[in-house]
Amino acid sequence: MQLIVDGKTHEVDVEDDMPLLWVLRDELGIKGVKYGCGVAACGACTVHVDGVAVRSCQTVLSDVEGEITTIEGLGQPEALHAVQEAWIEHQVAQCGYCQSGQIMQAASLLAETPNPSDAEIDEAMSGNLCRCGTYPRIRAAVKTAATKIQGA
Amino acid sequence: MTAHLSRRGFLKSAAAAGAALYIGANAKGVMAAASSADAALNPFVKIGADGRAIALIKHVEFGQGPATGLTTLIAEELGVTMDQITYEFAPSDPQVYNNLLFGPFQGTGGSTAMANSWMQYRNAGAAAREMLISAAAKEWGVDAASLDIVDGMVTGGGNSASMGDFVAAAAEMDVPAEPRLRDASEWKLIGNDATRRLDSPIKVNGQAQFAMDVHLDNQMVVMIKRTPQKGGVVASFDDSAAKDVKGFIMAQALPTKHGVAVYAENTWAAMQARNAIEVEWDNSAAESRSSAEIKDEIMAALDAEPTYNVNKADRAAVKAAVDGAATVLEKTFYFPLLAHAPMEPLNCTIEQTAEGKIVLHDGAQMPTGPHMAYQQIFELPADKIEINSMLAGGSFGRRATPDADYQVEAGLAFIMTDRSRPVKLVWDREDDIRSGYYRPAVGHKVRVGLDENGTIIGWDHQVAGQSIMKGTAFEAMAVHEGIDHSTVEGIADSPYTIPGQSLGLTDTKKATSVLWWRSVGHTHTAYVMEVMMDLAAKAAGQDPVDFRLSYLTGGGEADRKAAVLKLAAEKAGWGNAPAGHTQGIAVHKSFGSYVAEVVEISGNNDDGIVIEKVTAAVDCGIAVNPDTVRAQIEGGIGYGIGHAMRDQITLDGGAVEQSNFPDYEPLRISDIKEIETHIIASAEAPTGIGEPGTPPSAPALANAIAALTDDSQLIAELPMAEAGVYFA
Repeated sequence: MQLIVDGKTHEVDVEDDMPLLWVLRDELGIKGVKYGCGVAACGACTVHVDGVAVRSCQTVLSDVEGEITTIEGLGQPEALHAVQEAWIEHQVAQCGYCQSGQIMQAASLLAETPNPSDAEIDEAMSGNLCRCGTYPRIRAAVKTAATKIQGA
Repeated sequence: MTAHLSRRGFLKSAAAAGAALYIGANAKGVMAAASSADAALNPFVKIGADGRAIALIKHVEFGQGPATGLTTLIAEELGVTMDQITYEFAPSDPQVYNNLLFGPFQGTGGSTAMANSWMQYRNAGAAAREMLISAAAKEWGVDAASLDIVDGMVTGGGNSASMGDFVAAAAEMDVPAEPRLRDASEWKLIGNDATRRLDSPIKVNGQAQFAMDVHLDNQMVVMIKRTPQKGGVVASFDDSAAKDVKGFIMAQALPTKHGVAVYAENTWAAMQARNAIEVEWDNSAAESRSSAEIKDEIMAALDAEPTYNVNKADRAAVKAAVDGAATVLEKTFYFPLLAHAPMEPLNCTIEQTAEGKIVLHDGAQMPTGPHMAYQQIFELPADKIEINSMLAGGSFGRRATPDADYQVEAGLAFIMTDRSRPVKLVWDREDDIRSGYYRPAVGHKVRVGLDENGTIIGWDHQVAGQSIMKGTAFEAMAVHEGIDHSTVEGIADSPYTIPGQSLGLTDTKKATSVLWWRSVGHTHTAYVMEVMMDLAAKAAGQDPVDFRLSYLTGGGEADRKAAVLKLAAEKAGWGNAPAGHTQGIAVHKSFGSYVAEVVEISGNNDDGIVIEKVTAAVDCGIAVNPDTVRAQIEGGIGYGIGHAMRDQITLDGGAVEQSNFPDYEPLRISDIKEIETHIIASAEAPTGIGEPGTPPSAPALANAIAALTDDSQLIAELPMAEAGVYFA
């Protein structure tokens, strides 16, 4: 099966029921996508399919229709996405393990709702867990990113 | 814990060809170390001829910030900007990289990373600076006292050159025994709010390499099928169905019989194969009780005479004083088992090199643990074992088990193979929630007597629960006269001066494997102390802040505790909450630091309670990286409040009932609207920051709920949601 991930086309030969998470991590070596729970309850595995956030741990390979974007393709090290920049500005990450998923979720939110309220941020982000408790900074960073994107 | 703060001697090493200066510790007087400067030296700082500096970080980075913090110390003393220095994780070496507050042991915990490294890393940076300056002074024929290193340039008396130019000459010099440390007035980086975490960029672009991201050529993924009941063993197993799983390699019982190791080509195959394996367990020696039975045993112990009289008080006299008091407050508290549940599930990868070395890739919180365990498992000397310390995705204590549990599992899974293929051990979330190690379940019973003026005249405090330290390698350090200090810390050593206090402790029977959990005993002792203080203030008809201050009169640490209490109250607008909002306050000292927190809530218990804001004040000595201090307080608050709201691990017939985040639900972004942290300016040496934010958070919330509902029974047993608190 063919997969387009971060703009590159890959051929994968695995069982159809393998979750996208493990295809990305174990088969394609895209380790920026994280495993946290395996049951779509933490959001660490969040990637975009055609720009929309999905939980890759609960998306089986055969159901993937569209281009996949991971944290490694959202921005480039020298040209970060506005959400990534805001994450640095607010020093969001502690352990950092959940942040790939948080950033992908936030980018998806802002693509759909460019100027979210606190309630909209909470609603969109509440499925993404962070055990370090970086939530206040996530909320602030989403707002900063929203301003940045709107000003761009 | 005893501090080994003897002055450090430093060794240097010169890499002859590449011209580099390495400054490392000779732990003489504490442990044996490299015998000469020519021996292989594990340094704290490496400086290349290109003028680039690298700090070697002896602590694990799982979010609390030591990689940036210890690098800051080196950079400050050396005289470079944060852009001119990078960091690497140090190898496993319990002599050189000893935790000076634990030792001899390399490990991170007890919020000690900065506290134990403070002088050591500054000294290393200062020694390097003085040697480079001496080399420059000699070459330029000027007085070394006229020179300094500024932004990586040796500068002074009209001369200026990259410090890298003097690396080769400096490496020929003696290491100064007592290098001059920069005065606080010279500091550019320590305490600078603009200092950014060095690991932020890699943590937003997917480049951060956690242990889970290790992928060695030809590796096998191993998962362990475990008994649902702690202590059960494998009687037999059937892997015939697993053979249909593509990528399944083999299955074999661990030599300990504690589980079946399932080997596969990739993670998904390992998960599928493990599901397909049928195991017959021998649970005859396993835990079979339910949580209710374990709780009953703890609560019964609170009513019996305690095994240990912790503070050697005359309990009969204290009880008599309470019994005769004008007002008697009695409260019994229960705290459930809690899982740490770091975002990155436990894992590590082990391989054997062509030279016969065993290499472990691990987010190792206590590298010395697996290092020692592997010497036994593989029957190898210490120098044939290497630990590649990786970033860890959170821990909260879980990666620091005294028995190196998951690293031993990986070692056993590996030694059962021909070692031609690396083994990556992976726990899934269910393993993490169900397989221990937990914050122990604990009960407290407190009876407080107040006289007619509302003054405390007796405080009888009983604690019962399973000891964390007994039966572990840490028993000798943490258990004295039978008393596991970690169960009563925060009461036994409280800065409050409470007249007529007795403190009793009873260890209850082992129910499961237990472990330190972010802030250890303070997770429950702070809660009980601070809820009781509020109840006593209320009974006395006094303001909770004023009431507490009247017991913080001993000077020294009592003053520091009082100062954070006052600052938090002031910043939170204590007593002036907006209409419809209710405040609760708590203050606690832990890991050498003082934190007070005000939790402000709205709503009610019928329609739902909302946490509007938490205002914190912290005194952790010198705040090396103030923004990291704030981040740790924010995280510590979330960790304490999230679990107090709705988390518990329960057993049914010895088996853990919860399995994953849907039924062990952590704090979410929507649970706390705002957190604000204020740092007290201090000239004291840095103390802990990873944990101290946690202890006051849950009791501050509890006190707000009690004030709102006038029902202190709602907050006597955790989690609160289970006890009848309804959070919106």
